[in-house]
Amino acid sequence: MSATLTTSDAAVALRGRRLSPALLAGTIAAALVVTAVLFLLTPLGGRVGFLMVGALMVGAAVAAVSWRVEGRRKAVNRMVTVGTYISMVVALVPLVAVLGYTFVRGFKRLTPAFLTHSMANVGPLDAGGGIYHAIIGTLEEVLLATLLAVPIGLLVTIYITEYGRGQLASAIRFFIDVMTGIPSIVAGLFIFAFWVLALHRGFSGFAAALALAVLMLPVVVRSSEEMIRLVPSSLREASYALGVPKWRTILSIVLPTAATGITTGVMLAVARVTGETAPLLLTAGGNTFIHVNPFSGIQGALPLFVFDQTSRGIDAAVDRAWAAALTLIFIVMALYIAARLLTRRNALARR
Amino acid sequence: MVSGTNGAPDAGPLPPGQASRPGPAGAGVRTRPPADLVGPRRRGDGIFRGLTLSAGIFVLAILVAIAVFLIAKSVPAIAQDKGNFFTTKTWDPDGSKVFGIAALAFGTVLSSVLALILTVPLALGVAIFIVEYAPKRIATFLGYAVDMLAAVPSVVYGLWAVYFLLKRMVPLQVFLADHFGWIPLFADPENRAGQFSQSVLAAALILGVMILPIIAAISREVISQVDPAQREGMLALGATHWEMVRMAVLPPSRPGIVGGIMLGLGRALGETIAIALVIGASFTISPHIMSSGNAIAANIAVKFAEAGSLGRNALIASGLVLFAITLVVNLTARAIIYRAGAVERSAAV
Repeated sequence: MSATLTTSDAAVALRGRRLSPALLAGTIAAALVVTAVLFLLTPLGGRVGFLMVGALMVGAAVAAVSWRVEGRRKAVNRMVTVGTYISMVVALVPLVAVLGYTFVRGFKRLTPAFLTHSMANVGPLDAGGGIYHAIIGTLEEVLLATLLAVPIGLLVTIYITEYGRGQLASAIRFFIDVMTGIPSIVAGLFIFAFWVLALHRGFSGFAAALALAVLMLPVVVRSSEEMIRLVPSSLREASYALGVPKWRTILSIVLPTAATGITTGVMLAVARVTGETAPLLLTAGGNTFIHVNPFSGIQGALPLFVFDQTSRGIDAAVDRAWAAALTLIFIVMALYIAARLLTRRNALARR
Repeated sequence: MVSGTNGAPDAGPLPPGQASRPGPAGAGVRTRPPADLVGPRRRGDGIFRGLTLSAGIFVLAILVAIAVFLIAKSVPAIAQDKGNFFTTKTWDPDGSKVFGIAALAFGTVLSSVLALILTVPLALGVAIFIVEYAPKRIATFLGYAVDMLAAVPSVVYGLWAVYFLLKRMVPLQVFLADHFGWIPLFADPENRAGQFSQSVLAAALILGVMILPIIAAISREVISQVDPAQREGMLALGATHWEMVRMAVLPPSRPGIVGGIMLGLGRALGETIAIALVIGASFTISPHIMSSGNAIAANIAVKFAEAGSLGRNALIASGLVLFAITLVVNLTARAIIYRAGAVERSAAV
């Protein structure tokens, strides 16, 4: 439409006056210069402060100039636009700060020896030691939790999507959603009250796995439900038309078709519970020695290790905490990014 | 990609031939004895259906079991309480047997509500930016990046807060105490603003970062589901982009966004480890957010290791209260989201 309106008068008549790019750039530059002068002359200081004040000044200046030239409505529009840009940047600041600072602090202590030694015979004030025992604990606990949560979760999903009709199915669906909101510490307390106190089984890696499975289950159901619903019904119908019974259709047509998406969901669920600390505190017990058997005796875990070393407050312990935190972030981020890459290759989710 | 299930579909128990060619009347025409084909097939279906149904009921049973076991351990603890469990501020179950959740519950709610106040505008800004303003290629990436905030383990946030954030908050605390000290929230009677210390404010900031991705993800989802015709109609009427968002996008998204905020609140209320590391451990009810506070979940994590038998049951009782609060918040959130018809399905949440 604008191609037919060649003269600027016609454009102004139709769209109103607009801020020219040159004026916009000039306004932004002027606002930044004023901010800089302000920081030189007054006691204001700091890079973070400069960015914050600068962003506010730019927003205010653009809004003021726009109000003068374009009127109130467009000024408000520009102000909000700048506001959303600022929120986006502010939201990414903690991500960059946490990942960046953990990397800087953790990297120097993250040596091969740190990964292959436990905290056995390391005194409370000693440097040295490592996280081998915690890695073993985390791997076993998360693996057991996955083995418990995924089969049950898939069966529940199949019931909700393929069989369930009426109130029971929607009740199960609703309470699965409610279950995602259970605080992780409550899951830990539950397994402590049930497994440790009522059944007298004691703290163990398996108790931790039970608590993690409670947290994983709803996440697995929700993500796999979404994927199974994406399987085209024509595939199911083709299978029924060949006379294949429903249960075999589900097992050999529906699940394989949704497998990529289900795997993605499981990986995200694993990533989530790998970093959980609170339930482990009440179920695994924590151990500074290598303890391989998850079914009896207290066991360590990476998040527990980070928590424990953080609370000690001495430099050697804090260094270990950073290095272990970096290891934990590597594991969780690897799972997370792998899951996202898998999503991209998932033909079903792209539809 | 094929999972561990058995072979191709055509290798099923179906005999080849005329079975797949039904007569015009379908089930009415019997080309073979039904028992051959239908009998075992129905049995397999019945077994499989029963299996999935029992898994579904098992999940409901877990929820019930959580409530039952927490109540079973809480009741004797509350019975032995020498104070009033709901109005006592101190926590000394193993010594004087006087304990209560008043201060803990207050701190939990204060830090969570504060986190919401800090985060909600930001999360909405992020959601609107990603859906409405960002170019599509970057939008997907930014969505992942924000979701990644949810993937960082709680304990790492706690570590980061203790050794990075707390000392960088001192200038902000001094500024607030100097200029806004007349507001009770920012008052600083204990003179702690100028020093590096644990505080409710720090806990609220960390909570805010942790719940931002949840609120942003759900808001993003409901905002992107608004009918494009509504947007185009507004723009065709000459609305600016923001007017379009304010009048055509936000009103239909509101129930979903409110539900998302409630889910964020539920998560904030139950957050444990990061809060345990930064909130401090005071047992007072005070509005001064630059002083240390406490929270139910954090108290459980800190006190559990050293607690005796009654102490542990008392902690379970406090956990029951937390469970009840979060259950109410989550039920409300889900009910709002369901009624709005916008069922958010972000796996990161």
